[in-house]
Amino acid sequence: MPEDPKPPDAPQSAQPAEPKPAAPAKPTPAAKPAAPVPVPWESPLAARLKEQFVSGVEPLTYLGQNYLQVDSVSLVPILQLLRDEQQFDYCVDITAVHYPKRERPFDLIWILYSFPHNQRLRVRAQFADGESAPTAVNLWPTANWLEREVFDMFGIRFEGHPDLKRILLPDGWKGHPLRKDYGILQQDQEWVQINLGIESGQ
Amino acid sequence: MNDPNAITPVQNPPEEKTFLDASELVINMGPQHPATHGVLRVILKLDGEKVLGLECVIGYLHRGVEKIAENRTYTMFNPYVDRMDYVAAVSNGLGYCEAVEKLLNAEAPPRAKYIRVILTELNRIASHQLWLGTHALDIGAMTPLFYTFRDREEILKIFEKYCGARLTTHAFRIGGCQYETYDGFEQDVRNFLDFFAPKISEYEELLTTNRIWVRRTKNVGVISGKDCIALGVTGPVLRASGVKWDLRKAQPYAAYKDFDFDIPVGENGDTYDRYLVRMEEMRQSMRIIRQAVDGLPEGPIMAKIPKVLKPPVGEIYHSIEAPKGELGYFIVSDGSTQPYRIRVRPPSFVNLQALDVMCRGALVADVIAVIGTLDIVLGEVDR
Repeated sequence: MPEDPKPPDAPQSAQPAEPKPAAPAKPTPAAKPAAPVPVPWESPLAARLKEQFVSGVEPLTYLGQNYLQVDSVSLVPILQLLRDEQQFDYCVDITAVHYPKRERPFDLIWILYSFPHNQRLRVRAQFADGESAPTAVNLWPTANWLEREVFDMFGIRFEGHPDLKRILLPDGWKGHPLRKDYGILQQDQEWVQINLGIESGQ
Repeated sequence: MNDPNAITPVQNPPEEKTFLDASELVINMGPQHPATHGVLRVILKLDGEKVLGLECVIGYLHRGVEKIAENRTYTMFNPYVDRMDYVAAVSNGLGYCEAVEKLLNAEAPPRAKYIRVILTELNRIASHQLWLGTHALDIGAMTPLFYTFRDREEILKIFEKYCGARLTTHAFRIGGCQYETYDGFEQDVRNFLDFFAPKISEYEELLTTNRIWVRRTKNVGVISGKDCIALGVTGPVLRASGVKWDLRKAQPYAAYKDFDFDIPVGENGDTYDRYLVRMEEMRQSMRIIRQAVDGLPEGPIMAKIPKVLKPPVGEIYHSIEAPKGELGYFIVSDGSTQPYRIRVRPPSFVNLQALDVMCRGALVADVIAVIGTLDIVLGEVDR
């Protein structure tokens, strides 16, 4: 990808307590290079953001892909700035990851792309359970369905979304399947019995 | 809210009084409807024949692919991706394998990359053929369906000879390809190219200047390039609206930077232009395939990767230009053998969102044309 031609296994320098790089598999046949770790991303854009938001943003790069670790307070102004000033005019995807053991268990991820610069950027922010995220529909209309899917699968509410309801699962389904505590064999038995009139067989 | 069984409040929108207004009619279309290309339900709000707005109800084919992924190893999940966009299974596999390779910091050998390009482009042609046949059938032209399915068969035969499957091919493996090409593969591909070149002209003869076709597609479902970008619409739909953007050129993956090809673009962003763009894309795909077959390098087809895949902790986003648009995989690894999270960014799902914008002010019959021209596959919309 022509984003940032940084060697992926750049020296493991100033990074603070990152999650430890994966322990090498037991008997590795060929000695593999040390696992790459995210390193600070240096670019005019990163410097610009750092200057304005100071500790609210941490520009990083991993395997040649850039992303911003953002705190939830500076999230809206950063998204706004990225679209208006930096021409990230295309919101590729919005998704979430659930880390149940963390204090703020949800990572929300905005994948952005800029047509003029041919550049991709991810914005990542942490959210607590039950906390609402700001909607991006007013910035990128495509966020409408993407946010509905995040709500459907993770139960994260988006403040200001015009029509936040389930999209893939039926209305009235219980639980949010992509949370880690939702087992793969678990089904909404009640919904299946009432609506399909069968035992769910699980 | 940690209890997974906690009841989520269902938000019913406030009852709309307008439903009783005599000037507005609400019609349900689907989910069992031949022209919705699967199980798509569309709630149309009409004023006479005119569409005032519509709402898509999706999810009928939801299989929880992303949840399944979290409970399988990287290798085991590979065949599942074929079941999303099942008419372009090879593209799905390419995107997934490349994403995992990136995460592993590995790269497929050149020969594998060329084989991947050949099969992916053949699949793009097959996907466009299926689109053309069904789209034309929806609008009322029956003959193209038989022609395209007849010719698509030749591609499926090559797939079958290569990997034993015709539709859900599981053609690629993480790190390269499982199978070496069979004896006569290159000849088969060349034969197909020679066979298919005049066939595109045959399709075009039937449609391009056909008065009924032109009347049914010109200025129907118009969407501007700006709207496409705002709505995240990609693929031939975006290009037909005049935005010259193709991931194969913008951020080349596999071996695409070795090949010479053009990106066709339209001007008006209507159904007719999308038709022309896809026809030209088939020709460009043939150009790519010919170059790839001629330049097919010798060498290994599998990179040296461990038998048990344990990508280092981290996350990656990789996307490819699937026949329908940008197909992306966002993978989070926690260092174990199973992905912590896989998110699929499906082109059909995002493109379908534009249906409302494209149909406003059109006639009911045009809705059928627009669904066809968006080229959605419900297996990918619902995953």
